[in-house]
Amino acid sequence: MHFLTVSGPPSSGKTSVILRVIEALQAKQKKIGVVKYDCLMTEDDLRYAKKGVLVKKGLSGSQCPDHYFVSNIEACVKWGVENDCDFLISESAGLCNRCSPHIKDITAVCVIDNLSGINTPRKIGPMLKSADIVVITKGDIVSQAEREVFASRVKQVNPGAVIMNINGITGQGAFELTTLFEEASDIETLKGMRLRFSMPSALCSYCLGETRIGDEYQTGNVRKMES
Amino acid sequence: MHYNELLIQPIKQLLADYPWLEDFFSSFGLQLQAGDQTLQRYLDGLDPDELLDLGISREQLGQSLHDFMAGMLSLEEEAEKVESLTIIGGFDKTGKAEELELTLRPGEVICIVGPTGSGKSRLLADIEWVAQGDTPTGRKVLINNKVPDNKWRFSTEHKLVAQLSQNMNFVMDLTAEEFVRMHAESRLVPDPEEKVARILEQANQLAGEQFKPDTPVTALSGGQSRALMIADMAILSKSPIVLIDEIENAGIDRKRALELLVKQEKIILMATHDPILALMGDRRLVIRNGGIARIIESSAAERKNLARLEELDNTLLALRNRIRFGETLEEI
Repeated sequence: MHFLTVSGPPSSGKTSVILRVIEALQAKQKKIGVVKYDCLMTEDDLRYAKKGVLVKKGLSGSQCPDHYFVSNIEACVKWGVENDCDFLISESAGLCNRCSPHIKDITAVCVIDNLSGINTPRKIGPMLKSADIVVITKGDIVSQAEREVFASRVKQVNPGAVIMNINGITGQGAFELTTLFEEASDIETLKGMRLRFSMPSALCSYCLGETRIGDEYQTGNVRKMES
Repeated sequence: MHYNELLIQPIKQLLADYPWLEDFFSSFGLQLQAGDQTLQRYLDGLDPDELLDLGISREQLGQSLHDFMAGMLSLEEEAEKVESLTIIGGFDKTGKAEELELTLRPGEVICIVGPTGSGKSRLLADIEWVAQGDTPTGRKVLINNKVPDNKWRFSTEHKLVAQLSQNMNFVMDLTAEEFVRMHAESRLVPDPEEKVARILEQANQLAGEQFKPDTPVTALSGGQSRALMIADMAILSKSPIVLIDEIENAGIDRKRALELLVKQEKIILMATHDPILALMGDRRLVIRNGGIARIIESSAAERKNLARLEELDNTLLALRNRIRFGETLEEI
């Protein structure tokens, strides 16, 4: 089974891009599964289900979303294999820009949009900087030169990646992206694999539900700003 | 220079030779200080805890630096000259063969006509992707009569095609001058300041209304944006092929814009329904049902009509200007 992790900031167009690729894969009679990770709620699972895709939804709720991701992804891969999927795609939003769901030896995709500002590529951590494929969306809204400037800023922080411009609405570029999905990592299990980069940690009183503000309530792994 | 040789150079020397290295490191939140220290020593001395906070490992930083240098150095190389672009027909949406082999050369203007949804975008995408029978149309694209290197597909440094889309919006918070400078710097062109000045000057010659270098790009009119993008493309882009998705007839001298691009010895493909632009082309590809249904050579009779169309266009333009300056049109 081909397995890919797709991540990106909220509203960057991850679901639309994946849907366009799914259409191209379905035209080749491939069976596709999607795992959608989100925090509070999502209706994207319905968008996938409407395409006839096998879909699983995971809401992290009060837990750190990326820790939730890594605690569940192995079982999701097992689920994909058991259901004879040809492709399994995991979709998750990088909410704090320091998190990354990318796994060593698993094809990693980051979706980022042209409207997010020229400094955004620098602000996103391993989710963008360690991705194999960077998809830039919403190119139809800006001029060619602005697209190029934005792509060069992405290239600066991840020069080894394949960078592609995809239009999630018209599907322009989706065919080309699909050829890369077809070459994606082919696995049966995630057992023994590792994340590409460690996740941010805290393990402090606030992790355990503390809401009061003040030094006396802060215990555990706490860090202070430099004065 | 090879990457390994670079690592043993003092940073002072590297920054003098490759000033963009400073920005590369700052994009990861690191500061490269000019000094006698070698780059290798600097990398070795980075604090692992600081790197963890920045969200990057030393290994990955080294790999990124390697890839980035390779990309930047390749910008300085001369790309292979494109003498011809050949499109070998595939199939339309009904499966009918296109049965054509079309060769385009630098300086040529080819118009693409057909209703919305007929397959104009797919044709442009086939060229951009240098299709080898692996797209839905089954078309093949040759460069200089050869199957081109796969690098054209994914390279951001050597793009085969520069596309000028209909949308000319800007969202970046920069002045026209800052924007063009940033674009020039990302292209690593020699003498960026001279290029920036030329682009702004050309754009003002094409635009109906003048703008200043410190005008924010977001405040440019549609015509001014188009003028700026065409001048930018003509002067900065190294891509040998230009795809244009219509040049709207407002606030820009379309004829001069096209001439500016033709002068740069580019192959120009333009989707348009504008009669003046269409007749300025050497040939017109008629797209129907996803396929190229017909190729029309602009005839002598058509060319003769071009003069008349331009006259009509100028008349309309003069009327537009009268409206702009508050005159009435009781007599035209």
